Amino acid sequence: MSGRPKESRISRTAATALMVLLALYFLLPLYFLIVAATKPQADLVSTFGLWFSHFDLVGNLRTLLAQRDGIFGRWALNSVIYAVVGAAIGTLISALCGYALAKFRFRGRNFLFSVILGGVLVPGTALALPLFLLFSATGIVDTYLAVLLPSVVSPFGVYLARIFANAAVPDELIESARLDGAGEFRTFFSVSFRLMTPSLVTVFLFQFVGIWNNFFLPLVMLQRESLFPITLGLYEWNGQASRASLLQGSVITGSLVSIVPLIIVFILLQRFWRTGLAAGSIK
Amino acid sequence: MTTHPAREGRRLRGGGPRGGTVVAFLTPFFLPFALFYLVPVGYALWQSFRVIRRTGGQFGHAYTTFGGFDQYAQVFRNSEFGASLGRVALFGIVQVPVMLFVALIMALLLDTPLLRIKSFFRIAAFMPYAVPGVIAAIMWSFLYSPQLSPIVDLLNGIGLRPDFLGPGAVLWSAANISTWLWTGYNMLIMFSALQSIPQELYEAAKIDGASNWAVAWRIKVPIIAPSIILTTVFSIIGTLQLYAEPAVLRQISSNISSTFTPNMLAYAVASGNNYQQAAAISVTIAVITFVLSFGFMKLTAKRAGL
Repeated sequence: MSGRPKESRISRTAATALMVLLALYFLLPLYFLIVAATKPQADLVSTFGLWFSHFDLVGNLRTLLAQRDGIFGRWALNSVIYAVVGAAIGTLISALCGYALAKFRFRGRNFLFSVILGGVLVPGTALALPLFLLFSATGIVDTYLAVLLPSVVSPFGVYLARIFANAAVPDELIESARLDGAGEFRTFFSVSFRLMTPSLVTVFLFQFVGIWNNFFLPLVMLQRESLFPITLGLYEWNGQASRASLLQGSVITGSLVSIVPLIIVFILLQRFWRTGLAAGSIK
Repeated sequence: MTTHPAREGRRLRGGGPRGGTVVAFLTPFFLPFALFYLVPVGYALWQSFRVIRRTGGQFGHAYTTFGGFDQYAQVFRNSEFGASLGRVALFGIVQVPVMLFVALIMALLLDTPLLRIKSFFRIAAFMPYAVPGVIAAIMWSFLYSPQLSPIVDLLNGIGLRPDFLGPGAVLWSAANISTWLWTGYNMLIMFSALQSIPQELYEAAKIDGASNWAVAWRIKVPIIAPSIILTTVFSIIGTLQLYAEPAVLRQISSNISSTFTPNMLAYAVASGNNYQQAAAISVTIAVITFVLSFGFMKLTAKRAGL
């Protein structure tokens, strides 16, 4: 490269220009949302969308939280419950299973792992309707459990946990714990789980985002508004906003509120994302 | 899972755990996996072979019975199913290659010394992944709406009169939302694969005077082919499952019917309490998804000589 400084300067400029354009494409809608969330309802239509008018984010947040007896707060809480409980239980069972698949030798191990890999390819939306049929036969439709129970299962989590257990827990350590007379569960929780913790954060994050962003499963399962997660609640409001335009401001502010926690988590925990995606790419 | 714990114990090599312990580690995952993955699939299959019949005339009792492939015959006779499948096929043939090509270019550029502030570009591209599909669709629907959108304002200003929600455009407006959501995610999978290639591999080529482009296309792309195949398979699956984006656009555009995609059709049929027909549609979508994704994997594996 050093022999052709001129060409490399041109390609450097072209590369940067292209990336700046793409970065604009990815960030502009988010910027628009931030600007819109600060505007009074009337200004949404009457002022230019990419610049601020009367800055009233606090007022909009108040309207959002007071809307329909404060149901938005309930939705936010529900999203947190579904995502935190689902991802916490999911990470624990994925860790146990992935660890066993990585470290124990038993018949059928490879078969079970290929069943899990098959599960990675099955999208959640494909399961939602059959699950609904099944749950309505057993009567758990329209309860917290209807969303929580299926959310706990993450074949991708097991896949990651198996890779991480192989990478982070040396066999010798397990052997010496066994020689000391520790049972397998004690070894797992006192030695292996600790070694796997950083990578289990990755498993937790992926599952957390998956549940937080889930829409089709709650849509199919839930009737009562009081059980909705944010995604489903805002979808319903958005449908009504075309008739009652006063809701429009709350849909916009609510959308912003629903993505801010995730964006902060993303930026703070970047390294964990990259671990997971790298593992996904090795395969 | 059907192996006998006591016999299993003796089969283990070394001082490994007993079969009962292995089962205790596996069950917490496999029990819900069986209940919420395998059983629903089986139940849907069973439902899809049932039909509702009536005793006597119109006022007779309704009962369900085995109906063979009746439900499937009805799926294929339903012109709305064909139309919805055609829409997602058109969507996928255009959107998936465009998205993955952009993702690949970005990943390759981030892997060269041509760029500064790489971490900024990486985060910017990955940011949409933090946005739920529904919220992304709501956000873009504001950007498509003639009343609210600054983009429509700007384009009107230069004399174009865009109609993002018109009958011809709305499919591509939905495609844009998917592209926005998933390009960065796919880019990072490819980028991670690029990062794991040892540098020595290109050094020889560079000493021979190969340009960055030659190194990228002749060395890097073939090496990360498995990642590109993986992202393609996931994109094909995602396209066939399309629901949230068109469902949100339907709230503001009359050009999206309630049966716009196969999944929307399945949902609409299930809402009409025709569960057996909905199950047959779901199973058909799943089979098509499997055939396409495995077919694509087999085809590319052969081509790549893997």
